[in-house]
Amino acid sequence: MSAKPVEKIVDFCQGIFEDITFAKARQWKDAQPGRKVIGYMPVYVPREIIHAAGMLPLGILGGGADMEVIHGDAYYQSYICRIPRSTIELAITGKLDFVDGMMFPSICDVIRNLSGIWQIMFKDKYVRYFDAPQNFKDEIGGVFYSNELRELKEGLEKLGGREITDAQINNSIAVYNENRDWVNRVYDFRAATPWNAPAAEVYLLMRAGMVLPVEEHTQLMKDYLEAAAAEPRPMRDNCRVTLIGTFCEQPPLNLIKSLEMAGCYIVDDDTMLVTRWLLEAVPTDGDPIDNLSKAFLHHSAETAAKYEVNLEEKGSYMLESIRKRGADGVIFAAPSFCDPALLDQPMMVHRLEALGIPYITMQYAENSGQMQPIREQAGTFADSIKLWSSS
Amino acid sequence: MNNSNQDVIKSNSQLLQKEMISRNYDRITSGQFKVSSTFVPGNLNELLMCFDIANNLPEINAIQNAMRKKSGDFITEAERSGHSEDVCTYVKADIGMMEKGNIAPNGKPFPDPDMLLLSYTGCFTFLKWFELLREQYKCPTVMLHVPYAADGKVTKNMRDYIVTQLKEEVIPTMEKISGIKFDIDRLREYLRKSAQAENDLVWMLEQSKHKPSPIDCYFGGVYYMGPIFTAFRGTDEAIVYYKLLREEIQQRIDLGLCAQTPEGDMSEEKYRLVVEGPPNWTSFREFWKMFYEMGAVVVASSYTKVGGVYDYDNFRHDPDHPLESLADYCLGVYTNRNLPTRVDMLARNVKEYEADGLLINSIKSCNSFSAGQLVMMREIEKLTGKPGAFIETDLVDPRYFSAANVKNRLESYFQMIDQKRRAGGSATVAV
Repeated sequence: MSAKPVEKIVDFCQGIFEDITFAKARQWKDAQPGRKVIGYMPVYVPREIIHAAGMLPLGILGGGADMEVIHGDAYYQSYICRIPRSTIELAITGKLDFVDGMMFPSICDVIRNLSGIWQIMFKDKYVRYFDAPQNFKDEIGGVFYSNELRELKEGLEKLGGREITDAQINNSIAVYNENRDWVNRVYDFRAATPWNAPAAEVYLLMRAGMVLPVEEHTQLMKDYLEAAAAEPRPMRDNCRVTLIGTFCEQPPLNLIKSLEMAGCYIVDDDTMLVTRWLLEAVPTDGDPIDNLSKAFLHHSAETAAKYEVNLEEKGSYMLESIRKRGADGVIFAAPSFCDPALLDQPMMVHRLEALGIPYITMQYAENSGQMQPIREQAGTFADSIKLWSSS
Repeated sequence: MNNSNQDVIKSNSQLLQKEMISRNYDRITSGQFKVSSTFVPGNLNELLMCFDIANNLPEINAIQNAMRKKSGDFITEAERSGHSEDVCTYVKADIGMMEKGNIAPNGKPFPDPDMLLLSYTGCFTFLKWFELLREQYKCPTVMLHVPYAADGKVTKNMRDYIVTQLKEEVIPTMEKISGIKFDIDRLREYLRKSAQAENDLVWMLEQSKHKPSPIDCYFGGVYYMGPIFTAFRGTDEAIVYYKLLREEIQQRIDLGLCAQTPEGDMSEEKYRLVVEGPPNWTSFREFWKMFYEMGAVVVASSYTKVGGVYDYDNFRHDPDHPLESLADYCLGVYTNRNLPTRVDMLARNVKEYEADGLLINSIKSCNSFSAGQLVMMREIEKLTGKPGAFIETDLVDPRYFSAANVKNRLESYFQMIDQKRRAGGSATVAV
């Protein structure tokens, strides 16, 4: 079987990325009567349960760099980040009219309150604020979270008009285990040979996973890896960086491209953490709710929206990423007015400073257009690492 | 014009409260008590009292510093050390204060806290704030995660989760730090006292239904709610304070007085408002003056519910169900309720208090309050037929208080109310 050329796969992903009408998801829904689509926002929702309900989980990550926000600004003050206003814009301009329900994970007060706006404005839709525990003991946070998962399951059963069995959830867990495995393989491949998997390509590949059915996305990643391995590209004299702070409102694609053009290979990032939130394969037998709960409590990524119980462990996920991916430094790129990213950043910075790991900080909005300052800042950072870093 | 040099007229209850606050700062800085830092919304004062732990509230310290014109420097200091301009100024005022010697309002240095009680209730920033403080103090930090009442109701799962955290995490930590064994009967006794003071607090809140209102329930309200939301709920002092306050308000009603201001009683009540959002603290007096000079009194506000909500669904601390009652208190905090509930609460206020409309003071620092307020305003206008208005300030950052802008908007708003009255559209509907 011949591999698809990289360019063709990337073009396909770019098409999905640029399409703010979500045509692929609409096609999936229209292909069979009664199908339902559940939108979700960052950082994490258990997509396995939505999948087990026979529904399509659809990642909503704002309107992107090119969408003109006309109405959305009337819903939010100037000092609130952009993702809620562009998400509202998507909804009130009918681009989410086919979405049957929305899930708003407990990431920050803006996304939390967006769930209330949805309750007020879209009364006919299923709305679920998805609370995840900040206590990580099985008998405390685990009990709460398992019950939350059961409530979610019951809500989707009601919406879908059918029971969701344990066997169906276990099957979906297996499907997502495989997807996470291939996501990790893509990240491993990029970290090993970043010149063969430019950050913008990997980004688009993962964005496609926000829209496509999980099985298609897994196949797409397989195809990409095969094609990328078959099309070696020249290695540049770039430094290697981890990108942190991009877990909710997304950076413009041009920002990601600019960082690499300026001399920084992105060898790890925290975009679309939902694709690799669970760090280990979830067991596919036994009580699936219990298994998903334990996976969240004991084997999930660290991000600013999650409480770190132990002071000593704060930042360990970032440090492990730097070690595992062989990063020379960190670029903190936070959306303007993002409470989680910006409040967390000083603590992360302290960890890096204690270890002498270089970093820079920058802010963006999903529609930031001026990339020259970004290129200059990242270029200087890359030069400084190459010239003076001990690594 | 700022009248901060003028003598401020204070009632006996205000003088009493001042003494209470002063005594609490002396207690915190005395070195004789274990000290916990925690947050105002859903704070667990009665529980801390069971362990003789002094209650230090960083939000209140930030407010105190703002009213003393110190917060601006503290915020600048925190920003200089790497904290973003975009984030909550309470946090930066607190961190800046630490960096500049951590001096309490009584002039003595704050001791390092013995514990951080991270009551994560209704505000995401709390979580990060105490992670940041933990870095500095390296003291035991106990999380109490309060789930968001997203569907407008409290579920058994939410309540059980909080009670389990109290039993398994919070109380054992307090026992360890204080060396005092938990006595549930002691807690019951404190909760009984809380409920007694809370009855008088709710009575107070409802008196602004009178015309003219004998009190201002926003600017005045922040004083009236002080003891119940800080380190005094569950004490005899709070009972005495609210009894005294009640007597004072009753006297005002009997005399037909308008609301009390720092410059004496308002001579005339021209506009009755419901206000959503916290006040600005750096120019508090100037801000308030804009209202009373134009004859505007606030008859109800969401900020008087910031620590806990008592009037909307009749919550009182319940000594017969002590831990469950603490859980319900935390869950019921205003910003822990979903937007439709907040809309309902404010719309009811507009109707029941016969207000001319809703004014939103949108706070740059506080997404918990602010995100969604424009939608709330439109909904409440729709539900009540009363005009809404929107101003923007900040909590404790003086850079974000533009007196001219605020005044212009208020004047325009009052003109709009006048116009509606002339058009016959402002006749309030008594509920």
